[in-house]
Amino acid sequence: MTRVLLIASLVIAAAAPARAASEADFKAAYAAAEAAEQEAGGLRNQWITTETTLSAAKTAAEKGDFDAAIASAKEAEALAKASIFQAASEKERWRDAVIH
Amino acid sequence: MRGRFVPALFLALISAALAAGVIVQAATAGETPNPAADAKAFRDFYVKKFPNVKLEDFVNGPYSLNEDMRRQWQEKEEFPPYEFALESGKEMFATPFKNGKTYADCFENGGIGVRQNFPYFDVKQGEVVTLELALNRCRAANGEAPLSYVKDDMASLTAYMAYTSRGKPFDIRIPDDPRALAAYENGKRYFYTRRGQLNFSCASCHVQSPGERLRAEILAPALGILNAMPIYRSEWAGMGTISRRFITCNSQTRAVPEEAQSENYRDLEYFLSYVSNGLPISGPGARP
Amino acid sequence: MASTIRVRAIANGDTTEVQALIQHPMDSGFVKDAQGQLIPAHFIQQLTFEHNGKGVFIADWGPAVAKDPYVKFAFKGAAKGDELKISWVDNKGASDSTRAKIQ
Repeated sequence: MTRVLLIASLVIAAAAPARAASEADFKAAYAAAEAAEQEAGGLRNQWITTETTLSAAKTAAEKGDFDAAIASAKEAEALAKASIFQAASEKERWRDAVIH
Repeated sequence: MRGRFVPALFLALISAALAAGVIVQAATAGETPNPAADAKAFRDFYVKKFPNVKLEDFVNGPYSLNEDMRRQWQEKEEFPPYEFALESGKEMFATPFKNGKTYADCFENGGIGVRQNFPYFDVKQGEVVTLELALNRCRAANGEAPLSYVKDDMASLTAYMAYTSRGKPFDIRIPDDPRALAAYENGKRYFYTRRGQLNFSCASCHVQSPGERLRAEILAPALGILNAMPIYRSEWAGMGTISRRFITCNSQTRAVPEEAQSENYRDLEYFLSYVSNGLPISGPGARP
Repeated sequence: MASTIRVRAIANGDTTEVQALIQHPMDSGFVKDAQGQLIPAHFIQQLTFEHNGKGVFIADWGPAVAKDPYVKFAFKGAAKGDELKISWVDNKGASDSTRAKIQ
Protein backbone atom coordinates (compact mmCIF):
# COMPACT_ATOMS: atom_id res chain seq x y z
CA MET A 1 0.00 0.00 0.00
CA THR A 2 2.75 2.46 0.92
CA ARG A 3 4.56 1.43 -2.23
CA VAL A 4 1.44 2.11 -4.31
CA LEU A 5 1.02 5.46 -2.61
CA LEU A 6 4.67 6.29 -3.21
CA ILE A 7 4.44 5.39 -6.88
CA ALA A 8 1.15 7.26 -7.21
CA SER A 9 2.58 10.41 -5.63
CA LEU A 10 5.67 10.18 -7.84
CA VAL A 11 3.45 9.88 -10.95
CA ILE A 12 1.33 12.82 -9.80
CA ALA A 13 4.43 14.85 -9.01
CA ALA A 14 5.79 14.08 -12.45
CA ALA A 15 2.52 14.87 -14.22
CA ALA A 16 1.67 18.10 -12.37
CA PRO A 17 4.61 20.24 -13.47
CA ALA A 18 4.18 18.97 -17.07
CA ARG A 19 0.55 20.18 -17.13
CA ALA A 20 1.36 23.55 -15.59
CA ALA A 21 4.18 24.01 -18.09
CA SER A 22 1.72 23.33 -20.94
CA GLU A 23 -0.57 26.14 -19.81
CA ALA A 24 2.33 28.54 -19.41
CA ASP A 25 3.67 27.39 -22.76
CA PHE A 26 0.28 28.01 -24.28
CA LYS A 27 0.07 31.51 -22.82
CA ALA A 28 3.49 32.34 -24.23
CA ALA A 29 2.67 30.89 -27.66
CA TYR A 30 -0.68 32.69 -27.75
CA ALA A 31 0.87 35.99 -26.71
CA ALA A 32 3.44 35.70 -29.48
CA ALA A 33 0.74 34.90 -32.03
CA GLU A 34 -1.42 37.78 -30.84
CA ALA A 35 1.48 40.21 -30.99
CA ALA A 36 2.23 39.20 -34.58
CA GLU A 37 -1.45 39.55 -35.50
CA GLN A 38 -1.52 43.03 -33.92
CA GLU A 39 1.48 43.99 -36.04
CA ALA A 40 -0.34 42.71 -39.12
CA GLY A 41 -3.33 44.77 -38.01
CA GLY A 42 -1.15 47.87 -37.89
CA LEU A 43 -0.27 47.17 -41.52
CA ARG A 44 -4.00 46.66 -42.32
CA ASN A 45 -3.15 43.23 -43.64
CA GLN A 46 -4.68 40.57 -41.42
CA TRP A 47 -5.83 37.23 -42.74
CA ILE A 48 -9.15 35.64 -41.81
CA THR A 49 -7.34 32.32 -41.41
CA THR A 50 -5.08 33.79 -38.72
CA GLU A 51 -8.10 34.99 -36.80
CA THR A 52 -9.88 31.64 -36.96
CA THR A 53 -6.72 29.77 -35.96
CA LEU A 54 -6.27 32.08 -32.96
CA SER A 55 -9.84 31.38 -31.82
CA ALA A 56 -9.30 27.67 -32.31
CA ALA A 57 -6.22 27.94 -30.06
CA LYS A 58 -8.24 29.71 -27.39
CA THR A 59 -11.09 27.21 -27.57
CA ALA A 60 -8.70 24.27 -27.24
CA ALA A 61 -7.02 25.93 -24.23
CA GLU A 62 -10.39 26.50 -22.56
CA LYS A 63 -11.09 22.80 -22.97
CA GLY A 64 -7.74 22.02 -21.37
CA ASP A 65 -6.20 20.54 -24.53
CA PHE A 66 -2.99 22.53 -24.35
CA ASP A 67 -1.11 20.49 -26.89
CA ALA A 68 -3.66 21.33 -29.57
CA ALA A 69 -3.89 24.89 -28.29
CA ILE A 70 -0.15 25.41 -28.55
CA ALA A 71 -0.08 23.89 -32.03
CA SER A 72 -2.84 26.25 -33.16
CA ALA A 73 -1.17 29.23 -31.53
CA LYS A 74 2.10 28.47 -33.31
CA GLU A 75 0.26 28.07 -36.59
CA ALA A 76 -1.51 31.38 -36.04
CA GLU A 77 1.81 33.05 -35.35
CA ALA A 78 3.22 31.64 -38.59
CA LEU A 79 0.18 32.85 -40.52
CA ALA A 80 0.40 36.31 -38.97
CA LYS A 81 4.11 36.51 -39.82
CA ALA A 82 3.34 35.45 -43.39
CA SER A 83 0.76 38.25 -43.66
CA ILE A 84 3.34 40.73 -42.36
CA PHE A 85 5.82 39.48 -44.96
CA GLN A 86 3.13 39.85 -47.63
CA ALA A 87 2.45 43.46 -46.64
CA ALA A 88 6.14 44.35 -46.64
CA SER A 89 6.83 42.66 -49.95
CA GLU A 90 3.69 44.01 -51.67
CA LYS A 91 4.64 47.53 -50.66
CA GLU A 92 6.87 47.69 -53.72
CA ARG A 93 5.91 44.56 -55.66
CA TRP A 94 2.45 45.90 -56.55
CA ARG A 95 4.03 48.12 -59.19
CA ASP A 96 5.13 45.07 -61.16
CA ALA A 97 1.52 44.27 -61.91
CA VAL A 98 0.44 47.70 -63.17
CA ILE A 99 -0.90 47.84 -66.72
CA HIS A 100 1.25 50.15 -68.80
CA MET B 1 20.85 55.44 -53.13
CA ARG B 2 22.92 52.85 -54.96
CA GLY B 3 26.34 54.07 -53.89
CA ARG B 4 29.25 54.45 -56.24
CA PHE B 5 29.74 52.05 -59.14
CA VAL B 6 32.41 51.87 -61.76
CA PRO B 7 30.78 53.80 -64.67
CA ALA B 8 31.02 50.93 -67.16
CA LEU B 9 29.50 48.48 -64.74
CA PHE B 10 26.83 51.01 -63.84
CA LEU B 11 25.96 51.49 -67.52
CA ALA B 12 25.77 47.74 -68.01
CA LEU B 13 23.48 47.42 -65.01
CA ILE B 14 21.26 50.23 -66.25
CA SER B 15 20.83 48.71 -69.69
CA ALA B 16 20.16 45.29 -68.21
CA ALA B 17 17.62 46.79 -65.83
CA LEU B 18 15.99 48.75 -68.64
CA ALA B 19 15.69 45.57 -70.62
CA ALA B 20 14.00 43.94 -67.66
CA GLY B 21 11.69 46.92 -67.28
CA VAL B 22 12.80 47.30 -63.69
CA ILE B 23 14.15 50.83 -64.11
CA VAL B 24 10.81 51.88 -65.60
CA GLN B 25 9.16 50.76 -62.34
CA ALA B 26 11.70 52.55 -60.17
CA ALA B 27 11.29 55.71 -62.24
CA THR B 28 7.51 55.45 -61.99
CA ALA B 29 7.80 55.16 -58.23
CA GLY B 30 9.33 58.60 -58.00
CA GLU B 31 7.38 60.23 -60.85
CA THR B 32 4.13 62.14 -60.63
CA PRO B 33 1.21 59.85 -61.43
CA ASN B 34 -0.39 60.25 -64.83
CA PRO B 35 -4.00 59.11 -64.52
CA ALA B 36 -4.87 59.94 -68.11
CA ALA B 37 -2.08 57.71 -69.37
CA ASP B 38 -3.14 54.99 -66.91
CA ALA B 39 -6.73 55.13 -68.15
CA LYS B 40 -5.67 54.90 -71.77
CA ALA B 41 -3.33 51.99 -71.07
CA PHE B 42 -6.09 50.27 -69.07
CA ARG B 43 -8.59 50.58 -71.91
CA ASP B 44 -6.07 49.54 -74.55
CA PHE B 45 -5.17 46.44 -72.54
CA TYR B 46 -8.73 45.11 -72.52
CA VAL B 47 -9.55 46.16 -76.08
CA LYS B 48 -6.45 44.31 -77.23
CA LYS B 49 -7.22 41.26 -75.10
CA PHE B 50 -10.83 41.08 -76.30
CA PRO B 51 -10.88 42.53 -79.82
CA ASN B 52 -14.43 41.31 -80.49
CA VAL B 53 -15.95 43.16 -77.55
CA LYS B 54 -17.27 46.68 -78.14
CA LEU B 55 -15.85 49.19 -75.67
CA GLU B 56 -19.21 50.00 -74.10
CA ASP B 57 -19.99 46.31 -73.69
CA PHE B 58 -17.28 45.82 -71.06
CA VAL B 59 -19.71 47.25 -68.50
CA ASN B 60 -21.66 44.01 -68.77
CA GLY B 61 -18.87 42.10 -67.07
CA PRO B 62 -18.94 38.36 -67.65
CA TYR B 63 -21.79 38.68 -70.17
CA SER B 64 -19.50 40.53 -72.53
CA LEU B 65 -17.13 37.57 -72.53
CA ASN B 66 -19.38 34.51 -72.54
CA GLU B 67 -22.13 33.88 -75.11
CA ASP B 68 -24.18 31.41 -73.08
CA MET B 69 -24.23 33.65 -70.02
CA ARG B 70 -25.10 36.62 -72.19
CA ARG B 71 -28.17 34.87 -73.58
CA GLN B 72 -29.42 33.95 -70.11
CA TRP B 73 -28.80 37.47 -68.87
CA GLN B 74 -30.66 39.10 -71.77
CA GLU B 75 -33.64 36.90 -71.07
CA LYS B 76 -33.53 37.87 -67.40
CA GLU B 77 -33.31 41.56 -68.26
CA GLU B 78 -36.87 41.36 -69.60
CA PHE B 79 -37.89 40.90 -65.99
CA PRO B 80 -34.83 41.88 -64.01
CA PRO B 81 -34.43 40.69 -60.41
CA TYR B 82 -33.40 44.20 -59.31
CA GLU B 83 -36.80 45.60 -60.25
CA PHE B 84 -38.16 45.48 -56.72
CA ALA B 85 -35.14 47.31 -55.29
CA LEU B 86 -35.37 49.88 -58.07
CA GLU B 87 -39.01 50.63 -57.33
CA SER B 88 -38.38 50.78 -53.62
CA GLY B 89 -35.41 53.09 -54.23
CA LYS B 90 -37.52 55.45 -56.31
CA GLU B 91 -40.10 55.61 -53.55
CA MET B 92 -37.48 56.12 -50.83
CA PHE B 93 -35.79 58.86 -52.81
CA ALA B 94 -39.01 60.82 -53.05
CA THR B 95 -40.00 60.35 -49.41
CA PRO B 96 -39.18 63.42 -47.28
CA PHE B 97 -37.09 63.17 -44.12
CA LYS B 98 -38.66 63.98 -40.78
CA ASN B 99 -37.58 67.59 -41.25
CA GLY B 100 -39.39 67.89 -44.56
CA LYS B 101 -36.34 67.94 -46.84
CA THR B 102 -35.56 65.21 -49.37
CA TYR B 103 -32.49 63.54 -50.90
CA ALA B 104 -32.95 65.82 -53.91
CA ASP B 105 -31.92 68.77 -51.72
CA CYS B 106 -28.46 67.25 -51.20
CA PHE B 107 -27.58 66.70 -54.84
CA GLU B 108 -27.01 68.61 -58.05
CA ASN B 109 -29.98 68.41 -60.39
CA GLY B 110 -32.05 66.95 -57.56
CA GLY B 111 -29.96 63.78 -57.67
CA ILE B 112 -31.33 62.76 -61.07
CA GLY B 113 -28.81 61.69 -63.67
CA VAL B 114 -25.75 62.43 -61.51
CA ARG B 115 -24.44 58.98 -60.60
CA GLN B 116 -21.72 59.13 -63.28
CA ASN B 117 -20.03 61.99 -61.40
CA PHE B 118 -19.32 59.86 -58.34
CA PRO B 119 -16.89 59.44 -56.72
CA TYR B 120 -15.50 62.94 -56.70
CA PHE B 121 -12.64 64.48 -54.74
CA ASP B 122 -13.87 66.95 -52.13
CA VAL B 123 -11.12 69.60 -52.07
CA LYS B 124 -12.52 71.21 -48.93
CA GLN B 125 -12.46 68.00 -46.88
CA GLY B 126 -9.51 66.56 -48.76
CA GLU B 127 -11.15 63.19 -49.36
CA VAL B 128 -12.94 61.04 -51.89
CA VAL B 129 -16.72 61.16 -51.67
CA THR B 130 -18.61 58.20 -53.11
CA LEU B 131 -22.34 58.10 -53.84
CA GLU B 132 -22.97 55.84 -50.85
CA LEU B 133 -21.06 58.17 -48.55
CA ALA B 134 -22.89 61.19 -49.95
CA LEU B 135 -26.25 59.55 -49.29
CA ASN B 136 -25.46 58.81 -45.66
CA ARG B 137 -24.03 62.30 -45.20
CA CYS B 138 -27.25 63.67 -46.65
CA ARG B 139 -29.18 61.68 -44.08
CA ALA B 140 -26.94 62.84 -41.23
CA ALA B 141 -27.27 66.47 -42.32
CA ASN B 142 -31.04 66.05 -42.10
CA GLY B 143 -31.19 64.33 -38.72
CA GLU B 144 -31.67 60.80 -40.03
CA ALA B 145 -29.81 57.67 -38.90
CA PRO B 146 -27.26 56.28 -41.36
CA LEU B 147 -28.08 53.29 -43.57
CA SER B 148 -26.00 50.13 -43.67
CA TYR B 149 -23.61 50.52 -46.58
CA VAL B 150 -23.84 46.99 -47.88
CA LYS B 151 -27.43 46.26 -48.88
CA ASP B 152 -31.16 46.90 -48.51
CA ASP B 153 -32.06 50.60 -48.47
CA MET B 154 -28.62 51.82 -49.56
CA ALA B 155 -28.73 49.38 -52.47
CA SER B 156 -32.24 50.49 -53.40
CA LEU B 157 -31.31 54.18 -53.34
CA THR B 158 -28.13 53.73 -55.36
CA ALA B 159 -30.05 51.46 -57.75
CA TYR B 160 -32.51 54.24 -58.44
CA MET B 161 -29.82 56.89 -58.84
CA ALA B 162 -27.83 54.63 -61.17
CA TYR B 163 -30.96 53.97 -63.19
CA THR B 164 -31.52 57.70 -63.75
CA SER B 165 -27.99 57.82 -65.19
CA ARG B 166 -28.24 54.77 -67.43
CA GLY B 167 -26.29 55.29 -70.62
CA LYS B 168 -24.38 58.30 -69.33
CA PRO B 169 -20.61 57.87 -69.49
CA PHE B 170 -18.53 57.84 -66.32
CA ASP B 171 -17.15 61.35 -65.84
CA ILE B 172 -14.73 61.20 -62.93
CA ARG B 173 -12.54 64.22 -62.37
CA ILE B 174 -9.19 64.44 -60.67
CA PRO B 175 -8.71 68.09 -59.68
CA ASP B 176 -5.29 69.66 -59.87
CA ASP B 177 -4.60 68.94 -56.21
CA PRO B 178 -1.80 66.71 -54.92
CA ARG B 179 -4.20 65.14 -52.41
CA ALA B 180 -6.56 64.07 -55.19
CA LEU B 181 -3.67 62.59 -57.11
CA ALA B 182 -2.52 60.81 -53.95
CA ALA B 183 -6.02 59.36 -53.41
CA TYR B 184 -6.07 58.13 -57.01
CA GLU B 185 -2.60 56.56 -56.62
CA ASN B 186 -3.66 54.95 -53.36
CA GLY B 187 -6.66 53.38 -55.07
CA LYS B 188 -4.43 52.14 -57.84
CA ARG B 189 -1.97 50.72 -55.29
CA TYR B 190 -4.80 48.96 -53.49
CA PHE B 191 -6.07 47.45 -56.74
CA TYR B 192 -2.74 45.88 -57.63
CA THR B 193 -1.67 44.81 -54.11
CA ARG B 194 -1.91 41.15 -53.21
CA ARG B 195 -3.69 40.39 -50.00
CA GLY B 196 -5.22 37.59 -47.96
CA GLN B 197 -3.98 34.07 -47.46
CA LEU B 198 -4.84 33.33 -51.09
CA ASN B 199 -2.45 36.13 -52.07
CA PHE B 200 -4.73 37.62 -54.73
CA SER B 201 -4.93 41.23 -55.72
CA CYS B 202 -7.96 42.65 -57.53
CA ALA B 203 -5.77 42.44 -60.61
CA SER B 204 -5.08 38.73 -60.13
CA CYS B 205 -8.67 37.99 -61.14
CA HIS B 206 -9.83 41.03 -63.06
CA VAL B 207 -6.70 41.85 -65.07
CA GLN B 208 -5.01 38.49 -65.36
CA SER B 209 -8.03 36.27 -65.87
CA PRO B 210 -11.21 37.99 -67.11
CA GLY B 211 -13.42 35.60 -69.05
CA GLU B 212 -11.86 32.64 -67.30
CA ARG B 213 -13.45 30.59 -64.56
CA LEU B 214 -12.86 30.88 -60.86
CA ARG B 215 -14.73 27.92 -59.43
CA ALA B 216 -18.14 28.26 -61.10
CA GLU B 217 -17.95 31.94 -61.93
CA ILE B 218 -16.77 33.69 -65.06
CA LEU B 219 -14.52 36.56 -64.03
CA ALA B 220 -15.40 40.08 -65.11
CA PRO B 221 -12.86 42.50 -66.60
CA ALA B 222 -11.86 45.39 -64.33
CA LEU B 223 -12.71 47.85 -67.10
CA GLY B 224 -16.26 48.99 -66.48
CA ILE B 225 -16.61 46.79 -63.43
CA LEU B 226 -18.39 49.41 -61.33
CA ASN B 227 -20.68 50.66 -64.09
CA ALA B 228 -23.38 48.10 -63.34
CA MET B 229 -23.43 48.65 -59.57
CA PRO B 230 -25.38 48.14 -57.43
CA ILE B 231 -26.15 44.59 -58.47
CA TYR B 232 -28.67 41.88 -57.74
CA ARG B 233 -26.45 38.87 -57.25
CA SER B 234 -28.07 35.48 -57.51
CA GLU B 235 -25.42 34.25 -55.08
CA TRP B 236 -26.63 36.76 -52.52
CA ALA B 237 -30.30 36.30 -53.48
CA GLY B 238 -30.44 40.05 -53.12
CA MET B 239 -28.93 43.41 -53.84
CA GLY B 240 -25.44 44.49 -52.94
CA THR B 241 -23.60 47.77 -53.16
CA ILE B 242 -20.03 48.60 -54.12
CA SER B 243 -19.20 48.45 -50.41
CA ARG B 244 -20.59 44.95 -50.18
CA ARG B 245 -18.60 43.75 -53.15
CA PHE B 246 -15.29 45.17 -51.91
CA ILE B 247 -15.82 43.58 -48.51
CA THR B 248 -16.80 40.17 -49.88
CA CYS B 249 -13.95 40.17 -52.42
CA ASN B 250 -11.54 40.76 -49.53
CA SER B 251 -13.01 37.90 -47.49
CA GLN B 252 -12.88 35.64 -50.50
CA THR B 253 -9.11 36.02 -50.62
CA ARG B 254 -9.18 35.38 -46.84
CA ALA B 255 -8.14 38.93 -46.08
CA VAL B 256 -9.84 40.57 -43.12
CA PRO B 257 -11.96 43.25 -44.84
CA GLU B 258 -11.87 46.93 -43.96
CA GLU B 259 -14.98 48.73 -42.77
CA ALA B 260 -17.35 49.90 -45.51
CA GLN B 261 -16.38 53.24 -47.02
CA SER B 262 -12.88 53.11 -45.52
CA GLU B 263 -10.34 55.45 -47.07
CA ASN B 264 -8.78 52.59 -49.04
CA TYR B 265 -12.14 51.45 -50.39
CA ARG B 266 -13.16 54.95 -51.42
CA ASP B 267 -9.80 55.52 -53.11
CA LEU B 268 -10.17 52.15 -54.86
CA GLU B 269 -13.60 53.16 -56.15
CA TYR B 270 -12.09 56.47 -57.31
CA PHE B 271 -9.36 54.69 -59.29
CA LEU B 272 -11.66 52.05 -60.81
CA SER B 273 -14.26 54.62 -61.81
CA TYR B 274 -11.69 56.98 -63.32
CA VAL B 275 -10.10 54.32 -65.54
CA SER B 276 -13.60 53.49 -66.78
CA ASN B 277 -14.32 57.09 -67.81
CA GLY B 278 -16.28 57.21 -71.03
CA LEU B 279 -17.98 53.88 -70.45
CA PRO B 280 -21.75 54.07 -69.85
CA ILE B 281 -23.48 53.58 -66.52
CA SER B 282 -25.49 50.37 -66.82
CA GLY B 283 -26.72 49.99 -63.25
CA PRO B 284 -28.53 48.58 -61.51
CA GLY B 285 -27.26 45.24 -62.73
CA ALA B 286 -27.80 41.52 -62.32
CA ARG B 287 -24.99 39.07 -61.87
CA PRO B 288 -24.79 35.31 -61.14
CA MET C 1 -49.54 48.71 -51.49
CA ALA C 2 -47.91 47.73 -54.79
CA SER C 3 -48.68 44.24 -56.06
CA THR C 4 -46.10 41.56 -55.50
CA ILE C 5 -46.74 40.26 -59.00
CA ARG C 6 -45.16 41.72 -62.13
CA VAL C 7 -46.49 40.12 -65.27
CA ARG C 8 -46.14 40.52 -69.00
CA ALA C 9 -48.13 38.48 -71.50
CA ILE C 10 -47.54 38.75 -75.21
CA ALA C 11 -49.69 37.07 -77.85
CA ASN C 12 -47.93 35.73 -80.92
CA GLY C 13 -50.61 34.29 -83.17
CA ASP C 14 -52.32 31.53 -81.25
CA THR C 15 -49.55 31.25 -78.65
CA THR C 16 -49.30 33.58 -75.69
CA GLU C 17 -45.99 33.85 -73.85
CA VAL C 18 -46.23 34.83 -70.21
CA GLN C 19 -43.48 36.03 -67.88
CA ALA C 20 -43.98 36.84 -64.24
CA LEU C 21 -41.75 37.96 -61.39
CA ILE C 22 -43.20 37.53 -57.92
CA GLN C 23 -41.87 39.20 -54.82
CA HIS C 24 -41.79 36.67 -52.00
CA PRO C 25 -39.10 35.64 -49.48
CA MET C 26 -39.62 31.91 -50.25
CA ASP C 27 -37.93 30.91 -46.99
CA SER C 28 -37.31 27.18 -47.02
CA GLY C 29 -37.37 26.78 -43.26
CA PHE C 30 -33.89 25.26 -43.29
CA VAL C 31 -31.87 28.45 -43.13
CA LYS C 32 -30.59 29.93 -39.87
CA ASP C 33 -30.31 33.62 -39.17
CA ALA C 34 -27.25 35.45 -37.78
CA GLN C 35 -28.25 34.44 -34.22
CA GLY C 36 -28.43 30.76 -35.17
CA GLN C 37 -32.24 30.60 -35.10
CA LEU C 38 -34.12 28.84 -37.88
CA ILE C 39 -35.98 31.24 -40.16
CA PRO C 40 -39.47 29.73 -40.33
CA ALA C 41 -40.67 28.36 -43.65
CA HIS C 42 -42.57 30.96 -45.62
CA PHE C 43 -43.19 30.09 -49.24
CA ILE C 44 -45.84 30.19 -51.96
CA GLN C 45 -47.76 26.94 -52.04
CA GLN C 46 -49.95 27.56 -55.03
CA LEU C 47 -49.59 29.87 -58.00
CA THR C 48 -52.38 30.08 -60.55
CA PHE C 49 -52.67 31.75 -63.94
CA GLU C 50 -56.25 31.85 -65.24
CA HIS C 51 -57.67 32.73 -68.63
CA ASN C 52 -61.42 32.88 -69.15
CA GLY C 53 -61.90 31.30 -65.73
CA LYS C 54 -59.78 28.30 -66.67
CA GLY C 55 -56.41 27.57 -65.11
CA VAL C 56 -53.73 27.61 -67.82
CA PHE C 57 -50.78 27.24 -65.44
CA ILE C 58 -51.08 25.94 -61.90
CA ALA C 59 -47.99 25.42 -59.78
CA ASP C 60 -47.81 23.58 -56.47
CA TRP C 61 -44.64 24.88 -54.90
CA GLY C 62 -42.53 23.86 -51.98
CA PRO C 63 -39.46 25.19 -50.17
CA ALA C 64 -37.13 24.37 -53.06
CA VAL C 65 -38.21 27.40 -55.08
CA ALA C 66 -35.90 30.37 -54.55
CA LYS C 67 -36.66 33.90 -53.42
CA ASP C 68 -38.47 36.27 -55.79
CA PRO C 69 -39.43 33.52 -58.23
CA TYR C 70 -39.51 34.11 -61.95
CA VAL C 71 -41.89 32.10 -64.12
CA LYS C 72 -42.06 31.86 -67.89
CA PHE C 73 -44.45 29.71 -69.91
CA ALA C 74 -46.57 29.72 -73.07
CA PHE C 75 -50.13 28.58 -73.72
CA LYS C 76 -52.57 28.41 -76.63
CA GLY C 77 -56.09 29.65 -77.04
CA ALA C 78 -55.86 33.28 -75.98
CA ALA C 79 -55.77 36.48 -78.01
CA LYS C 80 -54.47 40.00 -77.69
CA GLY C 81 -56.68 42.02 -75.38
CA ASP C 82 -57.79 39.02 -73.31
CA GLU C 83 -57.36 39.16 -69.57
CA LEU C 84 -55.10 36.97 -67.47
CA LYS C 85 -55.65 36.56 -63.72
CA ILE C 86 -52.68 35.63 -61.56
CA SER C 87 -52.92 34.67 -57.90
CA TRP C 88 -50.85 32.97 -55.25
CA VAL C 89 -51.39 31.59 -51.75
CA ASP C 90 -48.59 30.86 -49.32
CA ASN C 91 -48.14 28.50 -46.40
CA LYS C 92 -49.09 31.23 -43.93
CA GLY C 93 -52.39 31.78 -45.67
CA ALA C 94 -51.36 35.10 -47.22
CA SER C 95 -52.24 35.74 -50.84
CA ASP C 96 -52.08 38.26 -53.62
CA SER C 97 -53.56 38.50 -57.07
CA THR C 98 -53.48 40.74 -60.07
CA ARG C 99 -54.93 41.03 -63.55
CA ALA C 100 -53.06 41.74 -66.73
CA LYS C 101 -54.05 42.31 -70.33
CA ILE C 102 -52.42 40.19 -73.00
CA GLN C 103 -50.49 42.46 -75.36
